[in-house]
Amino acid sequence: MTFARTDQSAVARWWWTVDRWSLVALAVLIGFGALLTMAASPAVAERIGYDSMHFVRRQLALLPIAVLIMFVVSLQTPMTIRRLAVIGFLIGIALVAMTFVAGVEIKGARRWINLPGLSLQPSEFVKPCFAVVTAWLLAESKLRPDFPGPAIASVLFFIVVTLLIKQPDLGMAVVISVVWFAQFFLIGLRLYWVAVGVGCGVAGLVGAYFLLPHVTSRIDRFLDPAAGDSYQVDRSIEAFMNGGLWGKGPGEGTVKEWLPDAHADFVFAVAGEELGLVACLFIVLIFAFIVLRGFSRVFQENNLFIVLSATGLFVQFGLQAIINMASSLHLMPTKGMTLPFISYGGSSLLALGLGMGMALALTRRRYGGVDG
Amino acid sequence: MKAPHRYDDNPCKPRHFKPPPCAPVALDEAAQQTLDIGRTRLLVTAGLFVVAFAVIALRLVDVTLVKPAGEARIAHTTAGKAAVSRADIVDRNGVLLATTLSSPSLFANPKQILDAREATQKLVEVLPDLSQSEVYAKLTSDRSFVWLKRLLTPRQEFEVNQLGIPGFQFQREERRVYPEGNLIAHVVGYTGLDNKGLAGIERGFDDILKERKQPLQLSIDIRLQEILHDELSRAVQDFSAKGGVGLVMDVHTGEVLALVSLPDFDPNKPGTATPDTIFNRATLGTYEMGSTFKIFTTAMALDSHTATLASSYDASHPIHIGRFTIHDYHDLHRALSVPEIFEYSSNIGAARMAMDAGTDRLKDFLGRLGLLKPPVFEIPEIGAPLVPSPWHDVNTMTVAFGHGISVSPLQLAIAASAVVNGGILHPATIIKPPPGFIPAGQQVMSTRTSDDMRRLMRLVVEQGTGEFAAAPGYVVGGKTGTAEKVSGHSYAHKALLSSFLGAFPINDPRYLVLAIVDEPHGTPKTHGFATGGWTAAPVVGHAIQRMAPLLGIPPVDENAPEIRSALAIDGVQVKKLASN
Repeated sequence: MTFARTDQSAVARWWWTVDRWSLVALAVLIGFGALLTMAASPAVAERIGYDSMHFVRRQLALLPIAVLIMFVVSLQTPMTIRRLAVIGFLIGIALVAMTFVAGVEIKGARRWINLPGLSLQPSEFVKPCFAVVTAWLLAESKLRPDFPGPAIASVLFFIVVTLLIKQPDLGMAVVISVVWFAQFFLIGLRLYWVAVGVGCGVAGLVGAYFLLPHVTSRIDRFLDPAAGDSYQVDRSIEAFMNGGLWGKGPGEGTVKEWLPDAHADFVFAVAGEELGLVACLFIVLIFAFIVLRGFSRVFQENNLFIVLSATGLFVQFGLQAIINMASSLHLMPTKGMTLPFISYGGSSLLALGLGMGMALALTRRRYGGVDG
Repeated sequence: MKAPHRYDDNPCKPRHFKPPPCAPVALDEAAQQTLDIGRTRLLVTAGLFVVAFAVIALRLVDVTLVKPAGEARIAHTTAGKAAVSRADIVDRNGVLLATTLSSPSLFANPKQILDAREATQKLVEVLPDLSQSEVYAKLTSDRSFVWLKRLLTPRQEFEVNQLGIPGFQFQREERRVYPEGNLIAHVVGYTGLDNKGLAGIERGFDDILKERKQPLQLSIDIRLQEILHDELSRAVQDFSAKGGVGLVMDVHTGEVLALVSLPDFDPNKPGTATPDTIFNRATLGTYEMGSTFKIFTTAMALDSHTATLASSYDASHPIHIGRFTIHDYHDLHRALSVPEIFEYSSNIGAARMAMDAGTDRLKDFLGRLGLLKPPVFEIPEIGAPLVPSPWHDVNTMTVAFGHGISVSPLQLAIAASAVVNGGILHPATIIKPPPGFIPAGQQVMSTRTSDDMRRLMRLVVEQGTGEFAAAPGYVVGGKTGTAEKVSGHSYAHKALLSSFLGAFPINDPRYLVLAIVDEPHGTPKTHGFATGGWTAAPVVGHAIQRMAPLLGIPPVDENAPEIRSALAIDGVQVKKLASN
């Protein structure tokens, strides 16, 4: 598709200024996601007593909505994005707080709020919004030295992380912490404080290991597979081995028959078995491309808010992909983390639409700077 | 900040027009500096991401291509195990007594089983000894690992693979195999499923066998073991006995060349053994040995010079002491010389001989021979002797003919070896000593006493109670024993422990052979007798007849003058026992 250069409509202007390479990469990713959802989720659905197309229907119904969100959000100006993020963050954090009152407990964690036809995980939406809010607070503090941006960002950070650990959702807390820290890093945090921050992160993980029993067991199992049931990871590794170079073909794998989270946390293993090494490397390449392409766009940017917010969003996106793939490959303890656009998960998908929509909007080409 | 103009997305600009980025916006110095730092650090962040994605890509290649596939991975770990597998056990000539084979064991992952009912049905057809309901329960269980059958044969493995049921997998496991089966069961012992030694050498040398590379060589000679096992089994069967013990020992080194305990069990199937068959009567069982103990009483009296071969003791009347009465089996109602007491196995004579020397001397002598404490031996199943405590004079009288004291057959053999070998006590061993090894030994009696004892033991076989132990050409000497077994608080007259302790060639002994038959019953052939002379002595005689050629001992003319003179008892009149 194309638009006349003279077309002044919002969509046309969007087309000429948005990063189309990223657009293509995201589209390919979404395509892989749809394919793997169809391959992996029927087996899971049957096993837990739904009809086989249950997850496929839900995911494919939400996919257009997510794409639409991404598109609409990417049409917006940075100013609108900022406002959207602030509102989204406030609503999101309120909903996260509500999970403790009205939440649904699934697999031992209270992360979800039941809406008609959909159970929503509000923390997923907090994630991108918080990155943008932090970026704004930090950028503003550089423009107006009297503005206590870092202090406010820190307070918000502690509120968010405390809520997430209460849920508990340690994976999300880790991602949000890393993004928050990366933004402080970018704004010129002294190297001394960078070291302190890394130290705190390590201390936090060690603390989680000793204080949270489910973290203890996950990490023990990672370090010493004999210590407990390393069933999921073993099967996952076997799936990659079975797949070989070219895979067994979509739908032909067996790992999904017995991996409980084959459609979500371990969807990469299904990809490994059914699509093979080459396709998996291609998926890794797409993720790397989206992140690095985003960074390169940010690199040319002169607006600090955009630099910080877009970087935050891409770091979040890339980190989530890395954590998910690394757990499937037994490079780190298993962590409930979705593979962006590929794993099944409604809230995750919609939130990713929002997050990447924001990222696309922020990295649009704006000659001469930003309004307002 | 505010941009002065809106020409950010002006479509009238040429497509690749790129105005200088800072032209419309005057960035102050501080902001510019912040941006510069931000850009540098963005590059660092990007670098970290490149590394992370590269690691994931490399790991993908590693997992998919470099790691070998599932079955091979298991085989690989097994190969690693095989290198540290349990050492073999062999006999003194290198014959294999215990070895380790690698066998497949079948397990299932119920979560991978698609149709448990079908899988159960197919599996039970191939492995009919499995219970259908048990297998089904296992395959529908909630776990992700269940053993179905351990240690399959290669054919069974093939057939299970032929079923093609996903979720069935094999794990190579080590299995201990005992090629000689029952024959050497009590010596070698057995291991559990996890290859931990549970009895015998397997238990006593558990740690050593786990680490050792070369086989562990025992002093056992499996050929002698087979002969003794054969002869003893026949006796046990012929006399409808409860069990039996057989033992061959090198009297100069203490090496055990054969050790039989009946009934026995198959160490390949320890599950089928019963407490009675597993019980090692030769080393763990302790028994009142009866008259074989007169060897030690007599040796004590001779060694402490309270008696000579020419001494005689009154055996005309039973001895009444307390509530006991000591009788003779072959009652001659007269005074008996020391050789006659030994030859006829006179209880009264032995009791008087012991009393003449005194309790202290007897206790001291038995202690020197190691009969009052458990022996040191490599098999962990070792019985402790039951010694009278307190030891009164009445105990001295009964111990003199082997009652009121219980020792293991192994202890009896160790002590008797010292009596016949010139008076040197060697600790027993079941491990083959290295060539040139000089066994530890302790002189416990004079050579002269040992010489006299050999003469007496020859007398028993030549014309006393042990005539059936004779093995023509091999100059057997020995002593019979017939003990009434204690049942409850009294002696049961019908329940006997009949034994013969022999050594050959008795003029210069090399080997000791002990046979014990537990609760034999007389047969018409033995005129109803079930004593040591009738039941155990023939076992020893036949066994020596068959063993001597294997041991490289040439037969000799037993009436040759030099042998006769070496074994003659001078100046003492010894009457031949009229009948047995």
